[in-house]
Amino acid sequence: MEDMNILISVAQRTLVAGTPLLLGTTGEILCERSGILNLGVEGVMAVGAVSAFIVTHHTGNPWLGLCVAMAAGMLVSIIHAFASVSLQSNQVVSGLALTMLGLGIAGLLGKPYVGKPLAIKINNLAIPGLCDIPLVGPVFFNQSPFFYLAIVLAIGAWFLLEHTLLGIRIRSAGENPKATETQGVNVSRVRYLCVIAGGAFSGLAGAHLSISYSKSWIEGMTAGRGWIVIALTIFALWNPTRAILGAFLFGGIFVLQYLLQPLGISPNFLAMLPYLATLLVLLVGGIRDSRRLNAPAMLGEPYRRGER
Amino acid sequence: MVHFKVTDREDVSAAGSFVTLLLSLIAGLLVIGLIFLLCGVNPLFAFKKIFLGSFGSWYGIKESITKAIPLILIGGGLALAFKAKFWNIGAESQLLMGAIFGTWVGLNVDPTLPSMILVPLMFIAGFAGGALWGLIPAVLKLRFAINEVISTLMLNYICAEFLTLLIVGPWKSSKKFGFPYTDDLPESAILTLLPGSRIHTVTLVLAVIAVVVLTVVIYKTRFGYEVRVIGENPDAAKYAGIDFGRTTLLIMAISGGMAGLAGVGEVAGIHHYLSYPDSISSGYGFTAIIVAWLAKLNPVLVIFSGFFFAAILVGGDAIQISLGLPAATVDVFNGTMLFFLIMGDFFTKNKVRLASDKERA
Repeated sequence: MEDMNILISVAQRTLVAGTPLLLGTTGEILCERSGILNLGVEGVMAVGAVSAFIVTHHTGNPWLGLCVAMAAGMLVSIIHAFASVSLQSNQVVSGLALTMLGLGIAGLLGKPYVGKPLAIKINNLAIPGLCDIPLVGPVFFNQSPFFYLAIVLAIGAWFLLEHTLLGIRIRSAGENPKATETQGVNVSRVRYLCVIAGGAFSGLAGAHLSISYSKSWIEGMTAGRGWIVIALTIFALWNPTRAILGAFLFGGIFVLQYLLQPLGISPNFLAMLPYLATLLVLLVGGIRDSRRLNAPAMLGEPYRRGER
Repeated sequence: MVHFKVTDREDVSAAGSFVTLLLSLIAGLLVIGLIFLLCGVNPLFAFKKIFLGSFGSWYGIKESITKAIPLILIGGGLALAFKAKFWNIGAESQLLMGAIFGTWVGLNVDPTLPSMILVPLMFIAGFAGGALWGLIPAVLKLRFAINEVISTLMLNYICAEFLTLLIVGPWKSSKKFGFPYTDDLPESAILTLLPGSRIHTVTLVLAVIAVVVLTVVIYKTRFGYEVRVIGENPDAAKYAGIDFGRTTLLIMAISGGMAGLAGVGEVAGIHHYLSYPDSISSGYGFTAIIVAWLAKLNPVLVIFSGFFFAAILVGGDAIQISLGLPAATVDVFNGTMLFFLIMGDFFTKNKVRLASDKERA
């Protein structure tokens, strides 16, 4: 029974740790499928985390915090959309700029709130009936609403990309923008839309950290998750349903740190694990297919209208 | 809806691009002021504090030069890597690896050796440390097609934990009252300072020589030509018979190695022992990205942009203390400046005018 409880707790924490990764990865997949590489996830997550915290702190309504975090994520992402779509600038540099800016703004805005715990946070939502199933119930059906949201959004994004007209337009903007434009689709508009939608996802991921996972704001609380998201996007081969698997695999690695520490393994070594695992996963992917099947053909390439 | 017509500018004049650069910097400062205002900080007061903090006293100027040393070394190396479009975001950990290797030599090679021998050995070890750490992402990219942005970033986190592991574990000094630091470097391993300052002259001279040599290499040698071709047109590089792999490895050995030199300078010139990653480097690896960009990827110009951003770091420290602002404040500066620099780049390279109705149709 004791072992069973430990197992349930580990599985639960794995899903909690994987949730922000899944949210961020789904957003990044949307963005990259349209042809725009956004390295700003880490910064947008920080903005999401701090704005969700501040709004929840002042209004006592974490759901309002969640909405504001999404809006803030969209707002700062416009900067990257403007630079990479309208200015056709280098997406690596502009993404880095967004990360620095996001981390900076989050630090500045959050400074007065460091060390102030929230009175209220978004609590777990037990799904009636399903949460009573032994084993599966407590693990999958007594989770943060962010978890359900992440799963639904990932599946929704997959459906959007694979089975809708908008999805076809997004994918073709990433594969062959010139041909897409001749079909009468405004590539720039599609790309703007995807970058901004991706910002909403990263904002949500940040909100999960500050108003559900914990109920506090600390500078640097995103802790490199935004970069793991970018690696997971490659791991998922730009497919949101595969991202579900990847995100929770990495959630498990985060939990592993705390499991192994009592065994006397150096906490610093354990803290390396998620980053080592990221490299390892890319390594396995690289060996399996060095041509990186599925990467949008024009990913990272600026597109100028009217160049036919 | 207003429409714009964007066309390539055929001739980019030096004066034109300088004015654009200046305008971007000014616009960037305005936006930073706006961000300060929105975050409840009086921008005029903050700017005044930053300016006085770095230029208002001899102390500030000397501190700016001290902080410019690592920025020039790293920025020069990054300029080379970025020129070939190798996105090395890992200078932060290449610096730390250099510090680790340099410290090891300083602590373990015969301390009775004269400085003339010990110090060069430390710099060589530091260069090797940074270069080896920089070669990992190069190999990963060449052999396994792993994106270098991700790998260099992951290596940053890994190296920071590795350094901490060393100083709390096997390298921890028994003489430091339980603090996680290594032993002090012996007298012969410590760099001499310019009197009345923290400027470690040897590293400063090394940095200036390195970026001058690098500039000559980039613009006057076959290797430099190959770097530029790879960056401008990788396909053409293939047809021109350029060995992509060899060039990439060399670029990253130099880029990582220069960051490694900076690491030795920080330990042997300022701290005198190895301590936490955050205290060895205050984000030099990231700030140097903008330093290289502001210098338009020309290593010699990195001397000036390095000093400029060092001054912002020093001024940033001043407002952190006087206004109680978080460490991330300097990120606001860096991010905004970087964004305005790319915007400036766009207006240097393109002509933008309102489109006529005919063009819109």
